[in-house]
Amino acid sequence: MSSRPSSSRSSSRLGRSIALHLFLTPLALIWLFPLWMMVIFSTMPDRGIFSPSIELLPHGSFLDNVNNLQRDTNFIGAIGISVSVAVTYTFLSVLLTSMAGWALARYQFFGKGVVVAIILGTITLPYAVVLIPQFIMVARDFKLANTWVALIVPPLFNSLGVLFMRQSFSMMPGDLFDAARVEGVKEWRIFLFVALPLARPMLAALAIILFLASWNNYLWPLLINSKPGAMTAPVALGTLIGLTKVSWGGIMAGAVMLTVPMLIVFVLLQRHFVAGIAAGAIK
Amino acid sequence: MRYQNATAYRFLAPYLLIFSIFWLWPIISSFLISFQATRTVPWRFAPTFNWGRLIGDPAFFNALKNTLLILVIQVPVMITLAIVMAVLLNSPLLKARGLFRFAFFAPVVVGEVAYSAVFRLMFNLDYGIINKLLNSVGLPRIDWFSNVTPAMAVIMIAVSWRWAGYNAIILLAGLQSIPQDVYEAATLDRVSKLKQFFYITLPLLKPIIVFCAVLSIIGTMQLFTEPFLITERGGPGGGTETLGLLLYRQGFKSLNFGYASAIAYTMAGLAIAISLVQLWLTRDPK
Repeated sequence: MSSRPSSSRSSSRLGRSIALHLFLTPLALIWLFPLWMMVIFSTMPDRGIFSPSIELLPHGSFLDNVNNLQRDTNFIGAIGISVSVAVTYTFLSVLLTSMAGWALARYQFFGKGVVVAIILGTITLPYAVVLIPQFIMVARDFKLANTWVALIVPPLFNSLGVLFMRQSFSMMPGDLFDAARVEGVKEWRIFLFVALPLARPMLAALAIILFLASWNNYLWPLLINSKPGAMTAPVALGTLIGLTKVSWGGIMAGAVMLTVPMLIVFVLLQRHFVAGIAAGAIK
Repeated sequence: MRYQNATAYRFLAPYLLIFSIFWLWPIISSFLISFQATRTVPWRFAPTFNWGRLIGDPAFFNALKNTLLILVIQVPVMITLAIVMAVLLNSPLLKARGLFRFAFFAPVVVGEVAYSAVFRLMFNLDYGIINKLLNSVGLPRIDWFSNVTPAMAVIMIAVSWRWAGYNAIILLAGLQSIPQDVYEAATLDRVSKLKQFFYITLPLLKPIIVFCAVLSIIGTMQLFTEPFLITERGGPGGGTETLGLLLYRQGFKSLNFGYASAIAYTMAGLAIAISLVQLWLTRDPK
């Protein structure tokens, strides 16, 4: 059989390309639709949201809606708590996680296999199993309900992040660290001043994922910080959903304030974001 | 490498301390609590109190049934969708790749509360955009939240929307780790793109697909926020009540920690079973 002429091959390529875009474009629009509607709703007055007409373009009531939201719950205060908690959590968790990842990547020690097995085991363990004792311990035994400590400390344990950092550190050339050791540099200094700077892209990926996890965390903050002045932003917003006399424009403005900053971070740092998530599975 | 126990454990200490207090002890503790009657002061050991109640509790079986139903439908649909997204995003023919990636990956950063609010509003009976669009093309509107089947559908649509892109990210990374020369050889041998997908891509991607499926199953098994916020506490009439919601209700509304722990360990049992299936599916062929 003779080989097909190249013109027909390139036209079939064109056909495939058109089919690909014809399929993917509507799917992408459907996927963007809820986010688009979130933004539209947040700019509409309540009587506009609850009217029979179809509205697909933004209006001008965003600031009114923010005011309505602030009247329904102290959302700005809750945002303040969420930001502070997420920043503190991210810093502590990156430190803890990379220290543990460093130890697992770079030292031989008694019980290493057990530690790795534990970390792998917790990936598939439902969080529900630890939730109740965590709550009893933090709320009743430590009396820490409605504090920042309660929001920050219990979620510090994570397993995928440690595996990610172990992977990152073990891919670095060992000679580099040995050279520092020969010079008599202490181990913690090697970690802080040689290893961590080298791992900067991985740390960025880890930090973004951890920040997002803290920012969006709902169940634990809902349980442990339920007092109005101690709520995080998602919890404060959640209390409004389902109430009868509440501004839905306000709720949508809150949803936008929670989501749009993260979308901007996502666009700016997409590479790190994707690397951090993908690292969960790729060994 | 020589042993450096002291140094290693100094680096591990904070991590292991947090693990011991907030994970290791709770794992043991909730197992013990599930064998205690916890609504008496002090709690007393009563091995069949919670577990006996569990196997005779219609609310538990309703929640279990709903959770498994969501699992069986939502996870395969979402994983299939994620594979399609990943494969198409990986196509060299794709233009405006960044825009498409944004569209599919953006939901990954959206919080549960924010998107639950949007979905609730979108599927509103009288004023929801979905019913308005159905009406505008001549279809009857649907009372999404008053009937069990459409309410379940909304939950599954919402969860799939939120998580398909997340899985696509993981799958895309897997696709990119498949060496290109495999495909080049197949193309030279005139193997069609569709056959390449089924005979090269899928088998090589299998471990990652299984990993995504297991994470999704374990996530969906604990589904809480969506039935809590979108369908209003598992409505209509418990029709979308899940194990996660039942645990919340029992543990934190009725403060029945013993019974809630039994529910939690039921989830753990399911998770262990699923992990074993994963190990079996991804075992090295002898």
